[in-house]
Amino acid sequence: MSYRTNGNRFAIQTFSLSRKFGDLVAVNNIDLSIKEGELFSLLGPNGAGKTTAIKMLCCLLKPSSGTATIMGHDINEDPMAVKQIIDVSPQETAIAEHLNAWENLSLIGGIRGLAKEEVKERSEELLEIVGLTKRAKEQVRKFSGGMKRRLSIAMALVSDPQVLFLDEPTLGLDPQSRRGMWEHIAELKGKTTILLTTHYLEEADALADRIAIIDEGKIAALGTPQELKDSISDMQVMVVKAKNLTPGAIEGLKEIYSEVKATEDGIEIRAKELSFYEIVDYLRPRGIAIQSVSLKQPTLDDVFLHLTGKELRE
Amino acid sequence: MRFVELATRNFKEMWRDPISMGLEIGIPAGFLAIFWSLGRNMGDQSFLTITMLVPGMAVFSFAFLLMFSAILLARDREGALLSRLLTAPLKPHDFILSYSLPYIPMVILQIAVCFGIGALLGLEVLGNAGLAFLILLVMGICCVGLGMILGLLFAAHQASGVGSITITLVALLGGIWMDLKMIGGVFYDVGNALPFAHAVDAVRDIIVHGAGFNDIATDFYWVLGYAVVFFALGTFLFRRRMVE
Repeated sequence: MSYRTNGNRFAIQTFSLSRKFGDLVAVNNIDLSIKEGELFSLLGPNGAGKTTAIKMLCCLLKPSSGTATIMGHDINEDPMAVKQIIDVSPQETAIAEHLNAWENLSLIGGIRGLAKEEVKERSEELLEIVGLTKRAKEQVRKFSGGMKRRLSIAMALVSDPQVLFLDEPTLGLDPQSRRGMWEHIAELKGKTTILLTTHYLEEADALADRIAIIDEGKIAALGTPQELKDSISDMQVMVVKAKNLTPGAIEGLKEIYSEVKATEDGIEIRAKELSFYEIVDYLRPRGIAIQSVSLKQPTLDDVFLHLTGKELRE
Repeated sequence: MRFVELATRNFKEMWRDPISMGLEIGIPAGFLAIFWSLGRNMGDQSFLTITMLVPGMAVFSFAFLLMFSAILLARDREGALLSRLLTAPLKPHDFILSYSLPYIPMVILQIAVCFGIGALLGLEVLGNAGLAFLILLVMGICCVGLGMILGLLFAAHQASGVGSITITLVALLGGIWMDLKMIGGVFYDVGNALPFAHAVDAVRDIIVHGAGFNDIATDFYWVLGYAVVFFALGTFLFRRRMVE
């Protein structure tokens, strides 16, 4: 278990990290090495094991087997040292309802050992970043869901941790707030090591230096967003917009091309070799009105579907 | 001293919650006045005299504090605030202190309100008022310990239900507005096994008979023992909760 490998300092390393709940294996022998300053994303659907992995790394959950180190400190042997250098924004909004925004930030700054002046300075900065300066003195129980979420994330940043865990940080935010939060997270890249879990592909694609696709507790693929897309670059993705598509027709197409996904207004078909004529000749006799057919570049969604046979939002 | 921040937060949560204040101060104060008035109308043989009511109502008010402390902790667990706090370098005793110390000023206030109203309604303390205060303080701390246990074991909606049951049990088995001997049988035995009636009886003895520490030592240690057991169990549960 070396802290440095080939000159790189690893902020987070996991060694066959596993966690079982009864017969259910939530996290299954995960081995990861995340470099200092890297923004690393665990991408997977709900129930894939992302939050369980984060809870173990934050010392909230004991691994069933294996271990992990955070900046060289073992999560099993020295959890207090780990807790000194991390912070976390849990998936649920974690705030004190009868305190105001300012007091919430001071609470976290205080229990993490920051001096009063430092807390004040950081709080002012963070309230500005999350757009809550004008509401800083109001009790947060009066805040909207989005405002509470923004404050909850700001609370994870107040101690300026060496390693930051963001568990579904933009869950429940409206698209505008989500984009704003991405900008703030992107600003931390390089300064703070961030492990971010998400089931939003665009989020991982926009923010992460590297992505691990996790499904049923196992790492299905790992690489930069571009590497993951390149891994299926030899595949073609055909987008067919059509009316009167029946489940029977889609199932029939799956016998020709295994990866067929129903979309809002048609289907998407992935395969190494696609025949435009074969598809049209299959659909037309079945009374399906084709409106358009086009080819597109593979996305992370395609990578995920190809690797797991599932869609992220299933 | 990192616990001070969390203790301060819990203190503010309690004082800024009007429902909590109403339950912990308003209801005991109101009940004290109502039962005193009822006792006066019932005549000289009534149990509901101010000397009997003040100790009982003080202990009764702690049961509301117990419910509030349980609900606050249960809510913190459900809303993930406790998870966030558990990732900070705090030790089990930091959590125990944070979820108990802030309630002690409320215990003192509840005692002061009950005795203050009692004084207005003619209460005279024959014995050592400081001793009465001490045993009630320990009883209040004991209730805070029990609230912590309930908050760690139950969800918020369950904690309020279990808290309500506890309030009723304290009222019935603590001899709050009736002599426990009048209930008799197994209920008397259960009431005597619990700490509430011991605290109430000891304070009544101090007020009415001028009892000293030696006279109420058994009751005092009974209540203190429960407080120690509740806090030990709370510490164990917090330690277990820190890493699942």
